[in-house]
Amino acid sequence: MSSLSKAFSSSIGKKVIMGITGLFLISFLLVHCFLNAFVFFNDNGLMFNIGAHFMATNWFIRAMEFVLMGGLLLHIVQGARLTFQNNAARPVKYAVANGQANSKWYSRSMGLLGTLLLIFLIVHLGNFWVVSRFTGIPTHDANGHEDLYAVMKKTFENVWLVALYALSMISLGYHLLHGFSSAFQTMGWNHKKYTPLIKCIGLWFSILIPLLFAIMPIAMYFNCIK
Amino acid sequence: MSTGNMNLTLKIWRQKNTKSKGELVDYKVANISPDMSFLEMFDVLNEQLITKGDQPIVFDHDCREGICGMCSMFINGRPHGPKNGITTCQLHMRSFKDGDTITVEPWRAQAFPVIKDLTVDRSAFDRVISAGGFISVNTGNAQDANNLPIPKANADAAFEAAACIGCGACVATCKNASAMLFVSAKVSQLALLPQGQPERYKRVQNMVAQMDAEGFGNCTNTGACEAECPKGISLENIARMNRDYLSAKFVSQEEA
Amino acid sequence: MSTLNSNIPAGELTNKWTKYKSSVPLVNPANKRNLEVIVVGSGLAGASAAATLAEMGYKVKCFCFQDSPRRAHSIAAQGGINAAKNYQNDGDSTYRLFYDTIKGGDYRAREANVHRLAEVSSNIIDQCVAQGVPLAREYGGLLDNRSFGGTQVQRTFYAAGQTGQQLLLGAYSALERQVGMGKVEMFTRHEMLEVVKVDGKARGIIARNLITGELERHFGHAVVLATGGYGNVFYLSTNAMGSNVTAAWKANKQGAFFANPCYTQIHPTCIPVSGDHQSKLTLMSESLRNDGRIWVPKKKDDNRRAVDIPEEERDYYLERRYPAFGNLVPRDVASRAAKERCDAGYGVGASKKAVYLDFTFNTERYGKIEANKNNIQNPDHATIMRLGKEVVKEKYGNLFDMYKQITGEDPYETPMRIYPAVHYTMGGLWVDYNLMTTVPGLYCLGEANFSDHGANRLGASALMQGLADGYFVLPYTIGDYLSKELATKALPLDHPAFVEAENKVKETLDTLINVKGTKSVDYFHKKLGLIMWDNCGMARNEAGLKASIAAIQQLKKDFWSDVLVPGTTDELNTELEKALRVADFIELGELMCIDALNRNESCGGHFREEYQTEEGEALRDDEKYAYVAAWENKGDGEFTLHKEELKFENIKIAQRSYK
Repeated sequence: MSSLSKAFSSSIGKKVIMGITGLFLISFLLVHCFLNAFVFFNDNGLMFNIGAHFMATNWFIRAMEFVLMGGLLLHIVQGARLTFQNNAARPVKYAVANGQANSKWYSRSMGLLGTLLLIFLIVHLGNFWVVSRFTGIPTHDANGHEDLYAVMKKTFENVWLVALYALSMISLGYHLLHGFSSAFQTMGWNHKKYTPLIKCIGLWFSILIPLLFAIMPIAMYFNCIK
Repeated sequence: MSTGNMNLTLKIWRQKNTKSKGELVDYKVANISPDMSFLEMFDVLNEQLITKGDQPIVFDHDCREGICGMCSMFINGRPHGPKNGITTCQLHMRSFKDGDTITVEPWRAQAFPVIKDLTVDRSAFDRVISAGGFISVNTGNAQDANNLPIPKANADAAFEAAACIGCGACVATCKNASAMLFVSAKVSQLALLPQGQPERYKRVQNMVAQMDAEGFGNCTNTGACEAECPKGISLENIARMNRDYLSAKFVSQEEA
Repeated sequence: MSTLNSNIPAGELTNKWTKYKSSVPLVNPANKRNLEVIVVGSGLAGASAAATLAEMGYKVKCFCFQDSPRRAHSIAAQGGINAAKNYQNDGDSTYRLFYDTIKGGDYRAREANVHRLAEVSSNIIDQCVAQGVPLAREYGGLLDNRSFGGTQVQRTFYAAGQTGQQLLLGAYSALERQVGMGKVEMFTRHEMLEVVKVDGKARGIIARNLITGELERHFGHAVVLATGGYGNVFYLSTNAMGSNVTAAWKANKQGAFFANPCYTQIHPTCIPVSGDHQSKLTLMSESLRNDGRIWVPKKKDDNRRAVDIPEEERDYYLERRYPAFGNLVPRDVASRAAKERCDAGYGVGASKKAVYLDFTFNTERYGKIEANKNNIQNPDHATIMRLGKEVVKEKYGNLFDMYKQITGEDPYETPMRIYPAVHYTMGGLWVDYNLMTTVPGLYCLGEANFSDHGANRLGASALMQGLADGYFVLPYTIGDYLSKELATKALPLDHPAFVEAENKVKETLDTLINVKGTKSVDYFHKKLGLIMWDNCGMARNEAGLKASIAAIQQLKKDFWSDVLVPGTTDELNTELEKALRVADFIELGELMCIDALNRNESCGGHFREEYQTEEGEALRDDEKYAYVAAWENKGDGEFTLHKEELKFENIKIAQRSYK
């Protein structure tokens, strides 16, 4: 095995992959959330559809879509592998384990939270990505852009889906709450002066981004966004 | 003063040897004094068992003052019991209440096989140290101790990392049975000192490789190790080790 | 009775070691590869010796009973390590360290050995710092020092309250480095149970694998014992639970003389016993005496709380009796003074077997200094105490926490209760200048030998001696013997000497298991401890010693007829391990009393009530007892005394005075 592939297959290397892909996914979330927030213009989705059109037609974004899918897959596969390996590192479990005495439940439950998010993602991709890429968006808006906004409105008429989206954003929040600062720790980016700042940003990121995402379907369901 | 009035139920892991299957067995102890240490309570129980003709419970212990790192009991779901910053031998019965039920298990990890009852094999730690946890200086090679001044902050940080007693509580409590805190403490200690620089990148690669080979799990930064470490070894050491490891693998041209 | 040859090189004291090193025969590298050395014990002395011998090219096997060499009890030493570096520019020198050690040892140590110790002390600090041992530093980045009992210079290097741990981990890392290179074969969870001799020379050991119970035969061209002290003969001591005399005692039975067994150090500042369940005692570092004042109430049986006893009703008895050294008198003096007060009825606490160590005075002093530094004008008492407490916490925080953890009392609010406890044993196997016992090829290092501390060890000298022996002395001196063993082939393990030794061990194991009596091993150990503490502890007298010899002989009979060792010999059996150790402690206990009875004087850690000055101080008899008492074991509890006269050519022998 070459030196570099050996590095990535070591325990630290495997975590670094989780950290890098995680940070990359965080950056995606930021972009995704920013564009989706266009629905709050309350212009019947015109701005939102402009954003969506740009994202769907820009060659760089399209290219990055593959990177994103790759990163996501890597994050999932590596996460699953780590979870299984870590499970195997303790073949006989404790009869009594008092984890809450020394760590946060969500930091011990990244695998579970990740699995919930994966289920959500499958639904979410089916709702929007498959429609926009493959089956096609049926209507156009006043600007002549494909009306992804209309698809959104239609989707979020279903109360169960709205509930699923909202609850999944809670999972996302906790996943981020651990993952954000954890990625920095894994990369060794630890500093007496900056680490508290990173933790603070991580906390607000984990609250605000999922909150914004969650508000969208709820607001649409209750017709607060027009 | 010698006897107290605490009566306790103990659920203790009994296992004849590495290969056999173990189980939790219930015991009762009476008249326990709150001034006893947890291990002295075990002495009382063992005395009872011996005089009854039963096999005493085997557990590791030696200095009984919190420094040798030999004692290793997982008590009510936590390594070294309910108090922070101490080892099992420093835990006193006044931390429990009359009538309590206490579950005592051995450290559990693939890399720490049970030898008997509460005794486990922690020789993996020795092998990690022998893979690189040293500075290669033969006896007689040293220069005068004051020739290399070391900034006090670095010396203090190195000392804090060096305070590790190798008890394995970090592995025991980690949900992944990861040894990152132990390994990073030694890596950090030596990386912080000028004497440790020549072998800095080789050391971290070799120690991590050995750690992986021993079958410890992967760190997921839950921080449980730091919270349970009887010597308060900090997670910063793990970050430092990660940093050094990445530099060693992706920046340095030296092969381990 | 015969006299012993200590093989001290001729010449000026200050040149002996230098000259010796340049004239000792060498072994060439090719031959070193064929020479095997067994090191038993992995503490400071054992680990440093094993590592250094391997670095030099010898094939080394190292044994320890713990699960890792890092756990040896050297790790528990708190205070520090002495070295004549004179970094503090306070007039320290090799000679002063030598002089302080001889005087501190009450003129019962060998001059040549002690001078060598003082000479190599500097090298130890260099070596440890090079290994990455994080010793305490000042803001300029240079090493810090502190002062310790019995000296007037600052020569003690330290790493907070964990000096022993840091030094041991340094030696351990050197050892593990050699293990990784395949030059040392490490045997953990192994206990040495016999020395194997061929033609009078040590040629190997029988060790028991503590996990499987298997007896193993190991050959060595030389055998090095670095197995620590025997303080656990008292049952309660500051030693680790596993610390034992077995290796040294087996050696004694094989012809290695045991020297000065009665010299026991009782450390003055330990946490008092809290009840019958007590399994060990915990030391509070001697450094506390730098800032704590020791007192008892002036009134007998005073049951008031410490804080309720007014200043004028307190007796600061050390300051009263020893104005020059005050609370910093050597350990033996401080311990006896505490016992004297308690025996006279002035003790404190529920057991009345304790004295107060009070930090109020210095907390206040530090508080005033801090207030001054921070420009606080006319601070009130509470402010002063708060500021002072912060300083005390910075210096001794971990010790105060430890005290609170064990006793449940807060030493910031109420004075600590302390009482002396067995801590270190100056006696041990007799060794010559080469650290070789009276069995050729059998060496003894560290606390297990008798050589450097005389009748009393000064604080911070044990770490110095252990590392001196292991890093800098034995690796040279062993060449003297091994250079003559080049032609010796490794013994086959089916050699009759191995078979016989193993059978003997097996027989002992079987006997113990088959007694199937009614009392646990601890029962006998506790009984032995009580006999020893009462009659061979801080104060001894003829009647008590004679009575205890008889009592120990009876105890020995009872042990071998009524001990209950559960389980079998072929498994991990901790009771069997204890039984083997206690069997040896019982025999050693008898010898300690015999030695104490023989020594009709008081010196250092040996205080015979018949021999004291009118003021109650120890009274030496240099005319008759300026010798090392080395005991040959004739079997069946018979011992023959051999003497090594101590000649003081460089120091004027004088009554020790700390007044």
